[in-house]
Amino acid sequence: MTQTSERTLAGASNGRDLAHQPHGLERVNAPQPFLRGFVGTAREVLNYHELLGNLVRKELKIKYKDSVLGLLWSLLLPLVQLLVYWFVIGNFLAAGTIPYYGVFIFAGLAVWTLFAEIVSTATTSIVYNAGLVKKVYFPRELFPLAATGAALVNFLFQLAILVAAVVLAGIGSGHWPDPSKAALPVLALLALVVFATGLGLLLAAANVHLRDIQHLIAIVLMMWFWLTPIIYSVSRVGEKLPGPVYDLYLLNPMASVVFAFQEFFWPQGEGTVYQFTGDVYLRLLATIAFSVVFLWFAQRVFARAQGNFAQEL
Amino acid sequence: MSDSTVIRVVDVSKRFIIRKDNSLKERLVNARRSKENKEEFWALDRVSFDVQSGHTMGLIGANGSGKSTLLKLIGGILTPTSGFVERRGRLAALLELGAGFHGDLTGRENVYLNASILGLTRRQTDQYFDAIVDFAGIEPFIDTQVKFYSSGMYVRLAFAVAVHVDPEILLVDEVLAVGDEPFQRKCLDRIKQFQHDGRTIILVTHSLEQVRQMCDRVILLEVGKVVVDGDPSQAVRHFRDANVEVDQQEQEARDHLVRIENVRLTDDRGQDRSTFDSGAAVSVEFDLVPLGPAVEDWGCGVAFSDVSGMTFAGTNTILQGLEPAALRHRTHIRFGFDGLPLSEGQYFIAVAVHPEHGYDYHRIDRAASFLIHTDSADPGVLLLHPKIEIT
Repeated sequence: MTQTSERTLAGASNGRDLAHQPHGLERVNAPQPFLRGFVGTAREVLNYHELLGNLVRKELKIKYKDSVLGLLWSLLLPLVQLLVYWFVIGNFLAAGTIPYYGVFIFAGLAVWTLFAEIVSTATTSIVYNAGLVKKVYFPRELFPLAATGAALVNFLFQLAILVAAVVLAGIGSGHWPDPSKAALPVLALLALVVFATGLGLLLAAANVHLRDIQHLIAIVLMMWFWLTPIIYSVSRVGEKLPGPVYDLYLLNPMASVVFAFQEFFWPQGEGTVYQFTGDVYLRLLATIAFSVVFLWFAQRVFARAQGNFAQEL
Repeated sequence: MSDSTVIRVVDVSKRFIIRKDNSLKERLVNARRSKENKEEFWALDRVSFDVQSGHTMGLIGANGSGKSTLLKLIGGILTPTSGFVERRGRLAALLELGAGFHGDLTGRENVYLNASILGLTRRQTDQYFDAIVDFAGIEPFIDTQVKFYSSGMYVRLAFAVAVHVDPEILLVDEVLAVGDEPFQRKCLDRIKQFQHDGRTIILVTHSLEQVRQMCDRVILLEVGKVVVDGDPSQAVRHFRDANVEVDQQEQEARDHLVRIENVRLTDDRGQDRSTFDSGAAVSVEFDLVPLGPAVEDWGCGVAFSDVSGMTFAGTNTILQGLEPAALRHRTHIRFGFDGLPLSEGQYFIAVAVHPEHGYDYHRIDRAASFLIHTDSADPGVLLLHPKIEIT
């Protein structure tokens, strides 16, 4: 409710502003030094958690309003994708030697879909909500965050399918996920959400000034998808690529996320050559550390840019 | 600066840069000429003022004078290029009704969404929900998607949400002119209630009448600069004086039989004037010039209208029972009015020459304008001087 107090507290810390403050007047949109202000904004966003919830609900509602199948559509696409990859790549392209290939793909595909959805919807979130950005004040970060939230809800449905598939595969193979590795998917999701939100913030701000971003990102995501070991095994990449290039390939934050999901949800791969052999925990922690710094940086850039949103739209 | 200052605008300037290209290709192609593709202008130029708690301030000015920009800067939607804005207390900005509405959502869903955008919690919205729906008067449609609403229903619901937000500072941008008459009255009543509660209101409007009625202080902006800051009637008068240029959109002389020329306003001594005191004698004088053969069937008349375009008085020679001789050469006409009991404001004169039946030969809708100055703040067109007895 106190729309500016947090901002002002952060802004007032540079002393010069304090001199200007008569009797509890608070400066509107006080300038913040680049390095500080993240915590202030985060606190402000927390104050608006209810609005954030409403925005997420709105995103979900309007996406499938007036369609008979509604939310089922967001399940249908990855399911069909799964089937296509399974048939075409699993059978025709001889990747069929990977055991329980369907579970293998879906473990990666589910997180990838989440990532792609966050990034692409967050990118357009400011531009699509131009009407609001120009007329009402609340932290602009809420728009990309609402996109993230809506994508997470869709992800829950996919997770349900994944769990069902894991159960079926478990009955069929006798291999069940190892509960001691349960931290893997949690850490992976954390890394993914933080990284994707940071990327979304950055791209959302860029897209306001340069609408090409929203088209460009579709292409980039497509390339990124094929550069991530989702429908093929990383072991083949290790064989084909020279060492340094392979190391570079593994720097992809999404690779670590996919490895973690595969390791937990695809126990049938345990001990086969198709499983990633590196230290997934270490990679995840490094990814999280990187993502947190990246998110901070992205938010600072976003905060810089957001003062001009209303006039650029 | 006193303790009760709730808004402080200090030396605020806002520059807009208008770029004419916006895609990567265009920017690359035009990289070298990118300076040519930028145009900048100052929407606000070193504006400063304080607003004390409980006051209602009007912002007036022509289109493009920076009123809305100023409101957005106070609301935090835009950031000033230089200078800064400070304020205290919860703020609600009615910059556009239904800005947060989404056509695919139902009225109910939109009420909750919009209320949270304006800063209400879910519990508060629950509490106000019935009052909101009742205020908007659209109960049977509350669970219909708003894209099926009439535009009147839409703005009514939006306004209903906005006025239930319970702000300490209310920014209003020309949103009071919505809905039908009864609803407008309801809105104004609500604003008056706000004033009564001691809340601070900043109002942007083109209705000078509203400004005079509701504000206790007015700022007149002209191309981004504060021209007048003070008493409403003083600011409104200044604004009207600046707008006197008569727009002589003449209707083409029909059939080219007669033409009106030289329309002017004179006082009781025959002097040309454009400003009168209320109750003073005013004459409308003009010449009729027959362009062809003599015109047998003719009459001429004048009509008065206010700034809203409403004609509130008028007469012509035929209605007055005159039967003048045929028009053969330039003829001078004078309509003398002994006293115009008009209230403060700007008025327009329409002049026409016409046959008894049928189309006008020539008509000028805004042939002249004049200002009435009074000390009275009474609203309306007519200034009556009632004798009031309270027994």
